Amino acid sequence: MIDALGDPQSVLVLGGSSEIALATVTALPRNRINRVVLAGRASAGLTSAVEELTKSGIKGVVTAEFDATNTASHERIIDEIFDACDIDIVILAFGMLGDQMEFESDPNLAVQIATTNYTGAVSSGLHVARRLRQQGHGSLVVISSVAGDRARRSNYVYGSTKAGLDAFAQGLGDALQGSGAHVMVVRPGMVRTRMSAGLPEAPMTTDAPDVAKAIIVGLRKGKHTIYAPGNLRYLMGVVKTVPRPIFRKLPS
Amino acid sequence: MSKHDVNNVSDAASPLLRTEDEELLTGWGRTAPSMAFVREPHSIEDVQTAIVHAGARGVLARGLGRSYGDAAQSGGATVLRMPSMNTFTLDPATATVTADAGASLDEILTGIVPHGFFVPVTPGTRMVTVGGAIAADIHGKNHHVDGSFGSHVTSLTLIDGTGAIRTLSPTDMLNSNEFWATVGGMGLTGVIVQATFNVIPIQSALMSVDTERGTNLDELMAKMIDADARYRYSVAWIDSVSTAGRGVITSGEHATLDQLTSAKRSTALVYDPKVVATAPKFIPGGLINKLSMRAFNEAWFRKHPKSRAGDIHSIAAFFHPLDGVQEWNRVYGPAGFLQYQFVVPDSAGHVIGEALARLRAVGAPSFLTVLKRFGPANPAPLSFPEKGWTLAMDIPTGVAGLAGTLDGLDELVADSGGRLYLAKDSRQSPEMFRRTYPRLAQWQEVRSSMDPHGVFTSDLARRLQL
Repeated sequence: MIDALGDPQSVLVLGGSSEIALATVTALPRNRINRVVLAGRASAGLTSAVEELTKSGIKGVVTAEFDATNTASHERIIDEIFDACDIDIVILAFGMLGDQMEFESDPNLAVQIATTNYTGAVSSGLHVARRLRQQGHGSLVVISSVAGDRARRSNYVYGSTKAGLDAFAQGLGDALQGSGAHVMVVRPGMVRTRMSAGLPEAPMTTDAPDVAKAIIVGLRKGKHTIYAPGNLRYLMGVVKTVPRPIFRKLPS
Repeated sequence: MSKHDVNNVSDAASPLLRTEDEELLTGWGRTAPSMAFVREPHSIEDVQTAIVHAGARGVLARGLGRSYGDAAQSGGATVLRMPSMNTFTLDPATATVTADAGASLDEILTGIVPHGFFVPVTPGTRMVTVGGAIAADIHGKNHHVDGSFGSHVTSLTLIDGTGAIRTLSPTDMLNSNEFWATVGGMGLTGVIVQATFNVIPIQSALMSVDTERGTNLDELMAKMIDADARYRYSVAWIDSVSTAGRGVITSGEHATLDQLTSAKRSTALVYDPKVVATAPKFIPGGLINKLSMRAFNEAWFRKHPKSRAGDIHSIAAFFHPLDGVQEWNRVYGPAGFLQYQFVVPDSAGHVIGEALARLRAVGAPSFLTVLKRFGPANPAPLSFPEKGWTLAMDIPTGVAGLAGTLDGLDELVADSGGRLYLAKDSRQSPEMFRRTYPRLAQWQEVRSSMDPHGVFTSDLARRLQL
């Protein structure tokens, strides 16, 4: 249970080696945390994430085998995690960026990222929502992206998966409105992580700990949508209104 | 269970759809809500049915929701709102009341005061049910003389985790363990449906009240020890803003007929508590701040005379001043508030001053800071009161640094041999709880015999891993 001062006891991360999610877990008030489940594909990254969180003093960090694309397994995995104990905060953080040019030359690769980012999120998100609904409390944090706000030539496959995910999460939040369970959509701009390494930096680029901070403030305030950094909300408001012929010509 | 209208949905049952009996519940502090299926039982059979058909999230009884934290809520569970069963009878010959668990002290006082009787223990609000009074083993201004509510219960009827009816009594060797596990057991041993308890005879519905100010904490505490020996009821309000720890001690007795003027004697047993106002539905946050606190505390201190004896007050004014404003818990705004209440042994009286100082340091304003001395504990393993000092402070949850400060205070309280009151708690850690309630294992053993399948649970039970 989240207590009267907003401190959680348990967290589930789907996409257990996500840097934004791990930064969030690290930044959460930890005096009451006694269970953190990092769900993801077995990897060196996942193992070292457990070690890092444990070393930083967080109690009860464990892993669970989870593959976003293996949607048939989601129900069992998520039920097992929630059967063990109530989960106060779920962070849906898995996702791939990929390379737009490769997608255009090999559409199979585009299907893969669409399956992970969108289909996997719809499947696991609905199972999580069912369990949050049953336990009568808890928050689902969905890591979307400003890339979903408007399609761009340079990453429209990725952008379209995030647009789909974002719309899904908004609707899910409305479905759960007033049920004790809560969905918060997080739209970060460019974040310096492994995923974006080597790419030219966009305006208002941030680091994972900044996004983590915004997530924690947003959760405390019960927000349904946040941008990170917060000012991106206004920038994206403008970006969305730029006519296509002009937008096309803007540097991406 | 009919579904709410949702646009464009088929008849397929979605696990995300709401049903009409669902309700978001919080405690009096209005923090950390959770959703439950709320039912109003009208008979013992209704309670049994709910227990026998309990879902995976279990069953919990709820009274009038005056616990500050998460004791009377349980996410996803069936919550039985007990005030739908609220009949009671007074037996003047034996001076006992037999009441449904959902009957409130408010209803009972209205019924018995005109007949010259009073409840054995009342907390600072009369808006609590008999079931809740037993489950939290509530205390009042007379604890140093009369003990807590559970000590006055002669028998109770409870539906256990299998749906069976049990009658428990503190004097019956066969079930006194179950009785005491239920007293202070926070509703986790079963659903209390009825109880019989002793009531005390009174000559009037009025209180003879003595007031005394203390200009600093030491003086106040010395005067309280002194007052305890002389009065059945006594409590001190502390000015939480003042660094000296000044305050006002209010002590009293039920007024006897010869203490009343002849005009009042003819209406001595008329009991007419009034609700003067209701707090507005929406109050913005931040209303309770350091400035408003300072003003309130100053005014409240000055309102009381330095020393005065023999004032005649009504029962409501003496015991339940806050009940005059309905839903006063809204004044803390949407973020809600908590109450921090601990007890420490007499030998650790210094913790009182330390707690006040630490909360002042983080700017945690409290306008309800109440100091009281407890008498000896009763046999209930989870009952809160024990011989010593208890301090209770209302604090808005938005105060920066509050979590760390209270965790530090927890340590101090535990190191001093004290503990926190579960009916007020909304934030202590499971470790703190286990450390300060050493008879938990004994209670858990009795509880699992009464609820072998673990039907009864609450958000508090989950949070503290009870």
